Amino acid sequence: MHGMINRALQGFLVAHYGERSWDEIRSIAGIPPEGFEAMLQYDEAQTLACFEAAVTVLHKHPNALLEDIGTYLVTNPALEPLRRLLRFGGPTFLDFLLSLEDLRDRGRLAIPDLDLPRIRVEELDPSSYRIRAQWSLPGIAPILLGGLRAMADDYGALALLRLDGMQPGEECLHVQLLDMTFAEGRQFVLGGVGA
Amino acid sequence: MTLGFAATPSPLGPDTKRVVGLSPQVLDRLMPMHLWLDPQGRVMQAGPTIAKMMGGAPALGTRLLDLVEIRSPANIADFTALIAQEGRRLSLALRSASHLPLRGVVSSLPGQGGALLDISLGLSFVRAVAEFDLNQGDFSPCDQTLELLYLYEANTSIAHLSRHLTERLRAARLAAEAQALTDELTGLANRRAMDLELARVLADETAHFALLHLDLDYFKQVNDTHGHAAGDHVLQQVGHILRADLRRGDLAARVGGDEFLIILRNCLSEDGLREVAKRLIAGIEAPVSFEGKLCKLSASIGISTTAGYGTRPTPDEMLADTDMALYRAKNAGRGRFAIHLPKRGDGTLGARDAEVYNAR
Repeated sequence: MHGMINRALQGFLVAHYGERSWDEIRSIAGIPPEGFEAMLQYDEAQTLACFEAAVTVLHKHPNALLEDIGTYLVTNPALEPLRRLLRFGGPTFLDFLLSLEDLRDRGRLAIPDLDLPRIRVEELDPSSYRIRAQWSLPGIAPILLGGLRAMADDYGALALLRLDGMQPGEECLHVQLLDMTFAEGRQFVLGGVGA
Repeated sequence: MTLGFAATPSPLGPDTKRVVGLSPQVLDRLMPMHLWLDPQGRVMQAGPTIAKMMGGAPALGTRLLDLVEIRSPANIADFTALIAQEGRRLSLALRSASHLPLRGVVSSLPGQGGALLDISLGLSFVRAVAEFDLNQGDFSPCDQTLELLYLYEANTSIAHLSRHLTERLRAARLAAEAQALTDELTGLANRRAMDLELARVLADETAHFALLHLDLDYFKQVNDTHGHAAGDHVLQQVGHILRADLRRGDLAARVGGDEFLIILRNCLSEDGLREVAKRLIAGIEAPVSFEGKLCKLSASIGISTTAGYGTRPTPDEMLADTDMALYRAKNAGRGRFAIHLPKRGDGTLGARDAEVYNAR
């Protein structure tokens, strides 16, 4: 598992539950004191051990924790560069939703050995979509649920999202678009990072 | 107004005469940064994005070369010269934004259709997007500029992370190196650091220095009567005393339980050395209190200097001579120091190999 993913998990746990909780989780999961390093590769077992330790220490339902991770990835101010990269998916929330099929390739464009989920977007009718995700680790659908809800807010769109089946190998979400221009949305200016 | 004209219907296949008709709307969609020029090189239509970049659609009939500066190929003075470059890559800039290089290609159109100049952002795309305030809708879905921007932002973030990693690794390496060269208890250099420094200064023939070998007296008694913690405490005090006497370029190292080596740069005169030795011994003899108990120490010092040799000594030679001088000092009692005496001109030793002094 790419260190970037582990590092995101660590960043989430520290941001939401503090350094002390992280130290406890880290110690139970057998992660060295310096934590994860974004530019290194780790064994998937370590990622899972870290998540399981977090569930135990924080007394949270795994899905609730995963959903919070998804929200964190989009909304945490420290991860603004990531939100911006996601907004390159398209000018509207629907464009963004459809661009999820490119997510894996976009990830690889940025970091060649980054393994992001393989996502298919199925149109059920013009306002309903099923998102099918395949990833090496379980739990991608709840992460996407939190992330997509936050992205809908980011675009100012009103959408209903729910888990739509989790089997080993494939996890699904159901998205119903209610209003694409429900609210103002957060700013995204292409030239916003400066040269 | 429609660009081009329809060809006579012909079966599919290569046909150089087949021409498509494109409405202005289609042109705008396919090439949002195009300029459509009449046969005299005046603007008939500007794509929405290039118009935005110009600060608004140019007045119809404006001469192209009043809006755009062609930089390469050089010497494009008029529209005819530009048309002669049909199909070649052009470097150009808007006269209203001459600091942002663009690229383009010109193609003449059949009949009296004039010409099309299609433009794209050059390598300055990051600045151009910001300064022209372009957004996703300003680019054709086929234009890879958005992907370039995406990559640019991703690279910037990742380069940032890589730099952090490199900095952390460097800090860790420096800490490890410092640790490998430091005596943990006293914070002085360790044996390894002293060996390295001694070899280094001896290799530099212009470097003159004195080497002091200092051995604590009564240290064992302090350890035995007051315990190891007291022993450690007095060693730390000796560390402070040595450090206080060091100047830039000097080095003090703890090289054994209660043994220290000191390099003093440019300190060769016997008077100067006597003064330093007396000061060090006096400092060490000042009683140290540890948890209410008084610890009393003294020290003996053996000294040699680079001035005491006809040819540059080896580190081992110098260490052996300071050792010998220390031995003479210890033999004479405690709280003494001895300076190694140079050999005579013929290379033989005099009656004595060291001069012993009482520090008190």
